[in-house]
Amino acid sequence: MNKNATGYTFLFSIVMVLIVGAALAYTSLSLKPLQKKNEADKQMVDILGAVGIITTRENAKNDFPTFVKERLSIDYMGNVLNIKSGNVDSKDASDPFNLDVKKDYRSKKPASELSFPLYICEKEGESIYVIPVAGSGLWGPIWGFVALESDMNTIYGAKFDHKTETPGLGAEIKDKFFSDKFQGKQLRDSAPYFTIEKGGRNTDIHSVDGITGGTITSVGVGEMMNRTLSIYQLYFNSVINSQANNNEY
Amino acid sequence: MSTENSAITPKRESLFSKKNRKLLKDPLGDSNPITIQVLGICSALAITVQLQQAVIMSLSVLFVMIGGNVIVSLLRNLIPDRIRIIVQLVIIASLVIIVDEVLKAYQPDISEKLSVFVGLIITNCIIMGRLEAFALANKPGPSVFDAIGNGMGYAWVLLAVSIVREIFGSGAISLPGMGQVKFLPEEWFIASGGFYENNNLMILPPMALVVVGIIIWIQRSRNEALIED
Repeated sequence: MNKNATGYTFLFSIVMVLIVGAALAYTSLSLKPLQKKNEADKQMVDILGAVGIITTRENAKNDFPTFVKERLSIDYMGNVLNIKSGNVDSKDASDPFNLDVKKDYRSKKPASELSFPLYICEKEGESIYVIPVAGSGLWGPIWGFVALESDMNTIYGAKFDHKTETPGLGAEIKDKFFSDKFQGKQLRDSAPYFTIEKGGRNTDIHSVDGITGGTITSVGVGEMMNRTLSIYQLYFNSVINSQANNNEY
Repeated sequence: MSTENSAITPKRESLFSKKNRKLLKDPLGDSNPITIQVLGICSALAITVQLQQAVIMSLSVLFVMIGGNVIVSLLRNLIPDRIRIIVQLVIIASLVIIVDEVLKAYQPDISEKLSVFVGLIITNCIIMGRLEAFALANKPGPSVFDAIGNGMGYAWVLLAVSIVREIFGSGAISLPGMGQVKFLPEEWFIASGGFYENNNLMILPPMALVVVGIIIWIQRSRNEALIED
């Protein structure tokens, strides 16, 4: 057998790809449930992190329902679709917690076909609204949670994460020093609701300084916040209007 | 007569023959992949902030190394020469993906900290180098020893650097499953009225380079044969 013959080379590559493909598919499928659980735990840790509650993966399952009083899903017009509270049921597709905003963002579906999760937390008697955001950085997906105070305008806290941004540059959106800058900032009444400024420019109450050397990632953070907030703003407006109406009577 | 006999049917090589011991020992010292060949530096600098990351990274590299060396060595008479680099790459990449998936499932926190560097094992020159230079021309047995030797050679440098960096940078030591143990009393720190402060420079990547440099310095000063002109 001539192992340098073209036919043999092709045969070898085909067999190799089949074996490798099968092995990887098997590994991926058999580990999926565990990875899903880890992701759900992480999501709880991050949501609580955005409202300043530090917890661990192990405790997340218990801490989450204690602080997150309601989980809402809204449509693109800001109408409420579903409300859940209590423990998260990972099998219940109607549970807003199971809405995957990262997947929805990747799918590029128009907003009218999607629903958007919103978490209402209670901390020290105040309601805090946590909005999941998802977008793209330079190399891959970025995502995070923005928490608004009960006035639905002041940012209470934020937490961002990324998959493959450059360590030391874009990857720093994950770090505390960056997310801390968002605390106490306010949203504008109309778009752009919030801006991430490029280095050196002055920032005001509606903007923060981006990351030096991580321009595209910073732009991505601004983009995902504005795109997502434009939808939640509709819901917040309707809540504020109904509160105002109630007060008149 | 008896001497002739033993020459015709050579005795089976024992597990720890001189040759195999050399395969294990050399990469730990005089042909260390990091300090002598200066390969795999990228990951050695990036993930040595904490000991637990270095431990997991070392185990991952060791696994990929042994797996890759054995598979390539078993297939060495079947792999077409023209696509051997691609074949090696596919084998390494598959093993790395398996490691990545397993870490995501069982060590989510560390997997997150290692982030892209697990994936970058694929491009770790140590592994590709050993496949090309050793496994392709040797039987599986010696290939395993070669893989363990080089894997451990990589591992001990990583562990040494990360221990130094974590102790001086964070005043702590961490192991997988144990979390980070801060062993310095809280009142020692300036923040709570003490005299001690963690060295933040240790946490930054340049300090890893300095620590690796110190290891290289010590090693070469002990064995001057290693010094190039």
